[in-house]
Amino acid sequence: MSTLRTEEMTLNMGPQHPSTHGVLRFVVRADGEVMREAVPDVGYLHRSIEKIAEKVGYHGFMPYTDRVDYVCAMFTNQGWGMACEKLAGIEVPKRGEYCRVIAAEFNRIASHLLSVGTMAMDIGAMTPFTHAIREREMINDLIEELCGARLTFNYMRIGGVAFDLPPGWREKALAYLDHFDPILEEYNALISYNKIYIERLANVGVITLEEAINYNLVGPNLRACGFKWDARRDIPYSVYPDFEFEVPIGNGQWGQLGDAMDRYMVRIREMAESSKILRQALKQLPAGSVLAKVARNFKPPAGECQIRVESARGDMGWYVVSDGTAYPWRVHVRTGSFAAMGITQKLSRGLMIADLVTLIASLDVIAPEIDR
Amino acid sequence: MEALAIYQRLTEQFGGRVLETVTQKLDSFCVIDPAAIVEVGRFMHDDPALAMDCLSNQSGVDYKDRIEVVCHLFSYQHRHGAVLKIKLPRDNPRVPTLEGVWKSANWMEREIFDLLGVTFEGHSDMRRILLPEDWEGYPLRKDFVEAAEYHGISTVRESPIIRLDPKHK
Amino acid sequence: MSLLNTLPDYVLTTKTDELLNWMRKSSIWYMLFGLACCAIELMHTGGPRADIERFGATPRASARQSDLMIVAGTLTLKMALRTRLLYDQMPDPKYVISMGSCASCGGLFQLAYSVCDGVDKILPVDVYVPGCPPRPEALTEGLLKLQEKIMTERWLSRGSANREANHEDVTAA
Repeated sequence: MSTLRTEEMTLNMGPQHPSTHGVLRFVVRADGEVMREAVPDVGYLHRSIEKIAEKVGYHGFMPYTDRVDYVCAMFTNQGWGMACEKLAGIEVPKRGEYCRVIAAEFNRIASHLLSVGTMAMDIGAMTPFTHAIREREMINDLIEELCGARLTFNYMRIGGVAFDLPPGWREKALAYLDHFDPILEEYNALISYNKIYIERLANVGVITLEEAINYNLVGPNLRACGFKWDARRDIPYSVYPDFEFEVPIGNGQWGQLGDAMDRYMVRIREMAESSKILRQALKQLPAGSVLAKVARNFKPPAGECQIRVESARGDMGWYVVSDGTAYPWRVHVRTGSFAAMGITQKLSRGLMIADLVTLIASLDVIAPEIDR
Repeated sequence: MEALAIYQRLTEQFGGRVLETVTQKLDSFCVIDPAAIVEVGRFMHDDPALAMDCLSNQSGVDYKDRIEVVCHLFSYQHRHGAVLKIKLPRDNPRVPTLEGVWKSANWMEREIFDLLGVTFEGHSDMRRILLPEDWEGYPLRKDFVEAAEYHGISTVRESPIIRLDPKHK
Repeated sequence: MSLLNTLPDYVLTTKTDELLNWMRKSSIWYMLFGLACCAIELMHTGGPRADIERFGATPRASARQSDLMIVAGTLTLKMALRTRLLYDQMPDPKYVISMGSCASCGGLFQLAYSVCDGVDKILPVDVYVPGCPPRPEALTEGLLKLQEKIMTERWLSRGSANREANHEDVTAA
């Protein structure tokens, strides 16, 4: 038989697509179903947040930090608050720190629920998504009672948090945690050990530890390669040293170490750990004020600092340069999703087109973190 | 190791190519000669006492008289970090790329090129990343002026308030 | 004696226009066009609590199979060109809901250099839903307002397929 003439296709997985990770675009060069390479094209959500910081001042920038990563907005708030506090040498009162940790850990659970829910939906299973949204709605209710907003919270301020816990909120939060812990088991029974799911996820997008560190992957992506690194434990900040919690890492149980299944299971186990931290925090809550006294016209001394805060997508680095006036000179956020997108071009070689969606979902990228 | 001890070691190894070490209260840093940055980076990566295996953050800052590229390095083995800075002139800032040492520099340098106009020599893919391909100007520079329109879409939103003529009260 | 009075209770009389509009408003398929934070609230609106599917609105991934485009999130200039292309790919009759303040007027990103201040600079918008982000209940109300607007369309009686000529203004309640 004479040889068939084959060609490479160039496809566009455009900025609008049903995979729910935001506006990302891939230019895919494929030989049939197997990809030669998928080149990412980002910037469709570049909202110039870093430039706006120079125009609105320190206090005014807090709502913009929510939009840097809207799914886990408490961490970005905390990062900005911590950077400004480090520059000016402000100490947050103990109860304020506890409120920050409680809000942040609830947000971590909500963010991971969305991540695993959309991961299942991208694979094709619609039911786990609705289960995850159902749980997320209950957390949204709790946080709405706390600070008034469901998604972009603007709860933290420079020097603490804006509002104290309302009366009766602790009991509701503990009741929710009692409800949530068995739900994880139900979720696992629904999808995590499903044979089709494991076949779709195992051995897809394997990342070795040296690659992960060289490409600056952080968070669950790094922990899935078997490396125990958590900024809450290793560069301790806030009141995290007061709590006992495990740091789950990947173990290559279903495929190779560092594949998509490891990243998924690390997120599931992190939710259980967050629940543990929340129980301890709600029990040990001290009395006192929640906000330190900070001047309205906040002018930190000239200098620069970088802090890292462990967000749901990995540790986020905030680099702030101040020149002594009420407006920051430069703000730079280095997010976990930016580095994760940087590695997709290399990982996509040899994958099938359907596996590209799995890869993006397992790295848990979200467009505003990449583009800011 | 403390950050100052790291800079000490760098000064011993490279002598005059380490231009200055600034030890202010917060986040001390070390300024490196632009031509030597790749060598310094490779030394920091390979040296067993330093072992900076991760380029954790790379940003560009525009001071009015110069542009600086700030590299935050981190070592997962020894749990220590360091800050290196490179000072570049504002017109035609060029510096060799760190992509050969740390792959994470690839996208971070593209972002600095996109928003500040610093060209990294030897980079495998030096083109804009966040802004459209045909964008003009470097927005994060302090003297950036916004264009009036882009592809026919005006960048100004007129105020919706209609001022009534005071006669028709 | 009028014919209408002799008909039994289970017979419904209406104008063909209204019947067509009733069928069309009860089955608006929206395109998943979530750009930013409002996309999460859009997903929640389609989720189990504020279920928008009970109004017949189901999400479609492709522009060619949808008749509503909910622009949920900030429109950047880079995305604006593609948005116009997607809108042109939708078959007539099509509607646009501008969800959230970023899509309506640029929102809190009006100071930005790369943001298009409002989607109505490139598309004709039918309903504006304010909020940052709007609650699922607010988006549902926006959809209901759109349904009211659809009920006022007249395709047969005036003989013109021009949607702008046939729409009457639906004033806010």
